[in-house]
Amino acid sequence: MSFWGYPRPDGSAGTRNYVGIIATVACSCDVAQDIVNQVDRTVPFLHYQGCDHLQPDKELVERTLVNLGWNPNIAGVLLVSLGCEVVDVNSILDRIVKSGKPVDKVVIQKIGGTSATIAEGSRIARQMISDVVKIKREEMDDSYLTFGSKCGGSDATSGLAANPVIGTACDILIQNNGSVVFSETTEFIGAEHLLAKRGDSPEVRQRILDVVDRYEKCVLSWGVDMRGGNPTTGNIEGGLTTIEEKSLGAISKVGTMPIKRVYDYGERATGKGLFMIDGPGQDTKSMTALAAAGAQVILFSTGLGNPLGFPFVPVVKVTANPATYERMQENMDVYVDLAKLDSIEKQGQLLYQEVLEIASGKSTKAEGLGLTNFGGIHTFGPTL
Amino acid sequence: MKRKSIILNDKDNVATALTELAAGEVIQMEMNDRSLSVTLLDTIPFGHKFSLTRIQSNSPVIKYGEKIGEATADIQLGQHVHVHNVGGTRGRGDLIAKEKK
Repeated sequence: MSFWGYPRPDGSAGTRNYVGIIATVACSCDVAQDIVNQVDRTVPFLHYQGCDHLQPDKELVERTLVNLGWNPNIAGVLLVSLGCEVVDVNSILDRIVKSGKPVDKVVIQKIGGTSATIAEGSRIARQMISDVVKIKREEMDDSYLTFGSKCGGSDATSGLAANPVIGTACDILIQNNGSVVFSETTEFIGAEHLLAKRGDSPEVRQRILDVVDRYEKCVLSWGVDMRGGNPTTGNIEGGLTTIEEKSLGAISKVGTMPIKRVYDYGERATGKGLFMIDGPGQDTKSMTALAAAGAQVILFSTGLGNPLGFPFVPVVKVTANPATYERMQENMDVYVDLAKLDSIEKQGQLLYQEVLEIASGKSTKAEGLGLTNFGGIHTFGPTL
Repeated sequence: MKRKSIILNDKDNVATALTELAAGEVIQMEMNDRSLSVTLLDTIPFGHKFSLTRIQSNSPVIKYGEKIGEATADIQLGQHVHVHNVGGTRGRGDLIAKEKK
């Protein structure tokens, strides 16, 4: 099967063709947004991190920004730095350069303030765009695709139908020699033993158990019941009683294939197959993990109706809740019919075809509504 | 006729409502060779669970063939099963804190 993708110098293929204006730190986000406002076909990546980190989080934020720059949907990168932040803009730039894409930077404190940086950044971005627009879609094998698989705003219908249908689409892609990445470690608590069995080696099996255990220990150290935080009040109203129940429903979104490796948050998945990325369930931060891992399209099940998109990765909203689909049709891309629970596989095949269309340029509801502004990077340690 | 409920695994002791179900309604279900008839004791909201058997306090609640929590009270056949009578056993920092006191 095939889709129409943008070829990249490193041999990958994009489903979109943007210049990414990536803020290295919270303090440069306004300038990054202002440059995007001035220059067509640019997208921002904005977040609250980049400073006041201990070393492990400094490395995490840097590698996340690097790998967002490597995402195949980004054709060129302009880094927007303040100048005094903890993360190293020069190191980030050098590492993105290796992808073969055009990369540049503007530093607010060096150029001399907001307005001058917006002007210089816009000039550089316009120059990049003039080359980027020449790149045309080519017909490509679907093995060039990496799906991100995600759930958010879950209710009981997520585990019954929406996640299994997404899981079927993920299995199809892996059988076609593509890749799938998934995250949300907190939402494996209670089901990790089932995931671990699918680990491709003893090391992967143990790592799956270890990352879940680490998250649970963090929760326990706070001396509270995680219920109400995850599962959320919305999840609970939607019928999910415990994290165990939520997790057992969540794991079906990753299909049935062996799990090749567990990556750290912000790492890029290399090779073909199914890969786990360690990280939280929180929606903006987990989508960032999937984008950094290389996902060119995200399949996102939502029972209650999450509207979020992502700056440069199309997010396909799949719901099996008929009331949600009716009320929030402007936000939902695909409806999975609960009356057809016997035909999950067929619905998965239909979803796969729809995702190939979206990969080839069809707009998602979130893109059409402009709900693509929020990124977010997870950090594990304290903010200093 | 619209399907009213689903049992996901033959080890389950709960079913999930596929539409809002009224207290007093009698639900007929088939699970492999198992035929069940449950009279609901409570209204079951869409997507929520009801019990297929009596579940004693502290006993496991099973869905997807796996434990999803434990009953925090005795649950009768046909009762609404949710946060008011089921507790999770994972992520229970509150129990650790209680032990320490």
